[in-house]
Amino acid sequence: MHSTLEVKNISKGYHNHMVISDIAFTLHKGEIGCFLGPSGSGKTTLLRTIAGFEEVLSGEIWVGGSRVASRGFSVPPEKRHIGMLFQDYALFPHMTVFENVGFGVRSMKDLQKKTYIMDQLSTVGLEGVARKYPHELSGGQQQRAALARALAPRPRLLLLDEPFSNLDVALRERLSMDVREIIKEQRATALMVTHNQQEAFAMADRIGVISDGSLQQWDDAHAIYHRPANGSVAAFVGEGALLPGTVIDSRRVECGLGILEGSFSSPCPIGCSVDILIRPEDVIHEDDSPFKAMIIHKTFRGPNILYTLSLRNGDSVLALVPSHHQHRIGQEIGIRPQVEDIVLYARGEVCLTEMPDPNERHKFQVHC
Amino acid sequence: MPESEALHRRNLADFCCSALRNMTQSVDGWRVAVAAVAGLVAVPLFVIISSLLKPTQGIFDHLVENVLPGILTNTAWLVLGVSLGTLLLGVSLGWLTGVCDFFGRKTFSWALLLPLAMPTYVLAFIYLGLFDFSGPAQTAFRAHFPQSGFSFPDIRSTAGVIVVMILALYPYVYMFARSAFMTQGKSSMEAARTLGLTPTETFFKVCLPLARPWIAGGLMLVVMETLADFGAVSIFNFDTFTTAIYKAWFGFFSITAAAQLSSVLVFIVSLVIILEQLSRRRMRYTQGGGLGLETSRIKLVGGFNWAAFLFSLSVLLAGFVLPCIQLLSWTVEVFHLEFGSRYFWLVGKTLFLASITALVICSVAIVLAYAKRRHKDHYTSGLTRMATLGYALPGTILAVGIFIPVAKLDRVIVHWLNSFFGCEASTFLQGTLIILFTAYLVRFMITGFNPIDSATQRITPSIDEASRLMGVRGFSLLRRIHIPMLRNGLLTALILVFIEVMKEMPITLMTRPFGWDTLAVKIFELTSEGEWERSALPALALLLAGLVPVILLMRKSEK
Repeated sequence: MHSTLEVKNISKGYHNHMVISDIAFTLHKGEIGCFLGPSGSGKTTLLRTIAGFEEVLSGEIWVGGSRVASRGFSVPPEKRHIGMLFQDYALFPHMTVFENVGFGVRSMKDLQKKTYIMDQLSTVGLEGVARKYPHELSGGQQQRAALARALAPRPRLLLLDEPFSNLDVALRERLSMDVREIIKEQRATALMVTHNQQEAFAMADRIGVISDGSLQQWDDAHAIYHRPANGSVAAFVGEGALLPGTVIDSRRVECGLGILEGSFSSPCPIGCSVDILIRPEDVIHEDDSPFKAMIIHKTFRGPNILYTLSLRNGDSVLALVPSHHQHRIGQEIGIRPQVEDIVLYARGEVCLTEMPDPNERHKFQVHC
Repeated sequence: MPESEALHRRNLADFCCSALRNMTQSVDGWRVAVAAVAGLVAVPLFVIISSLLKPTQGIFDHLVENVLPGILTNTAWLVLGVSLGTLLLGVSLGWLTGVCDFFGRKTFSWALLLPLAMPTYVLAFIYLGLFDFSGPAQTAFRAHFPQSGFSFPDIRSTAGVIVVMILALYPYVYMFARSAFMTQGKSSMEAARTLGLTPTETFFKVCLPLARPWIAGGLMLVVMETLADFGAVSIFNFDTFTTAIYKAWFGFFSITAAAQLSSVLVFIVSLVIILEQLSRRRMRYTQGGGLGLETSRIKLVGGFNWAAFLFSLSVLLAGFVLPCIQLLSWTVEVFHLEFGSRYFWLVGKTLFLASITALVICSVAIVLAYAKRRHKDHYTSGLTRMATLGYALPGTILAVGIFIPVAKLDRVIVHWLNSFFGCEASTFLQGTLIILFTAYLVRFMITGFNPIDSATQRITPSIDEASRLMGVRGFSLLRRIHIPMLRNGLLTALILVFIEVMKEMPITLMTRPFGWDTLAVKIFELTSEGEWERSALPALALLLAGLVPVILLMRKSEK
């Protein structure tokens, strides 16, 4: 398959502080990639480096089979044929929507250009407001106008910088689906950055989790969630708990939930101390199970309830239980772990101190 | 160990290189330009403050003994009276038009800004003409009540000058107070009401304290204008610092004494500047979104309704309508005498000075705004603030503070010219327009800078990047994006500076070369001889010009 974007071990930073270090990944033609990471993780810098606004310290960037950046060499942004959707949209306020979208379109005759721009506008559903100025549009319309403007010159690669962060939550979900559809329809290759995992799951074919300037994992959504490469990916994506345990043999590990059996995500020597990732859906609630745990916190979520449970040995796990199973805090309920693929990390490899999102305080429990 | 030494040396070399790079990066053209303009503000200040170190001449001792106590008292009374008066008028009118509803409220809310169009000295001589013993008011009164024996209070008094300045300057407080009351919105008022406060208590306990930073900001502008005023006080023969500085220079011919007097004023003004900056900072922090007020203004009924109407009407009549009528009637009286080629010369020179200054200031303001845009560090923003601080310095101070260093520089240049070329020149820079333009530049920089700066801030970095990604950069970026986005701000800046220069009096009076009279200078000359009627025509021209920025302001506050 022809790859549109190849990033080969790029680094960028100053003497004692690397903003991004040794990042490498490939994005194939027609794919949508997404970088997921907390703010300050270097993901916007990565995007701006690919666009050409920043230079690399080492490594290479290839777009559409030609090298655009390496140490001391940089193709200027306007020669890279890259489109970008800015966080603040950056629409030109003195131009109409039509003029904005037509701004980057050259080498077309007037009539042809006019039809083309109107076509572009109708793909994003803005043909009705072509003569309006940006300030007369709603937030969602502005975003789609900016998308149309970025796509109109038919870029080899479209970059999206936190494209939904200025919109309210209800609009976000709908627009992220719309935007994905538009990008797929135009067969564009796109790379976006966000700190919101729902957006990443909804939009992307491939997701890269980035923290402290390093790429932790570059994989599809399923693998990112179910087989996080390390603790920092596990911490940032989804909810769960890390339980301390000891490896008994090549398929079994002992922890606060008893002895779990399954295939290991990475081989561990017998007797090794490990941390095991337990997702809330891995803990099944069964009233008649002999294995009991005490409820110390609960959050009602509509279809189900997220219980925080304290195990006999003092460790705690999360359990997602259908919401007709109402229990009180302090009550003991029966649970059963259901884990086939055991995700584990050698002890001490992960030390999570930072909660990725203050709104989701149940997301992760840390045992270091 | 040679290896570690080599490493150490390399580190040292690296360090030196990066230090050098940092230095060359921080000294770029933009920053140098900002520093140069900031220097133009700093030099007169420095010259004036350092004049205190000069040996005091007999004149200054005389001034300290006989003049200083008088002008200090006068200034104190003037500042106190004008502050109180503008506060009362400004806050009450701001509250009435901003929050309440009464008969004619919509018209008053913009019409009450109109006195801003009238220079203080124009209002001053109109009032003197109106209420003098021989003026129309007293003459009419004597004709109707020959035996009443009632004597008018003397308009040429401290109270008279205070009243005139209040009427001319209250719009500053009014404008700020009104916008504060309106942006606070209803939510805080309603919260107070639900907590059991009556409307009156709400006003004094919630609305007024919330609006305090804005009101203070407006008041500080009033105090600055009062301290800087030269025209009105000299028409009233009311001695303050500005007139004393003028007299020291042009009466006693002692520029050193003028500078020493200025230094006292500089200290007072610095205090006001600090207060103003503080209130500005608090304005930023307390600004909060409010609900729209239009649906639920406090409806004044019955007597309150008419009281509010009559109050607003009388302020408007006294501050704008009556003076305008008087001005027009005088103009009609003297039009055939005054309107002629001499008047056209006057207008022509005024327009010339105003347009050149507007062009220069706006070009410099663009450089400042771009420097600020490029370098977002404290260093550059501090320099930018310094470069635009001249608005706080009274024109008389600037005239003195810029004349002295230019005269010194002139002596050096003349000496050099004479010794190298054998010229017989006695002056080189003096007698040119350079002092005048420099003083204008310092005083009105902020007038040009603010609109251009706010336009520049709309061109975000991502707008540049977006157009660059689409292949538009360099000159083309300037032509297609920057210039269209700056156009309105630039136009506003040009107009505002142009009009400020037209109305300017003390700088022009004190530093103009021979023959460069402007409309304002003409008004000064005529009014110092009591020729009110003949001053009417140039004053009317200034009034009409002054209406333009007020209309711009009204349109802005409508939005």
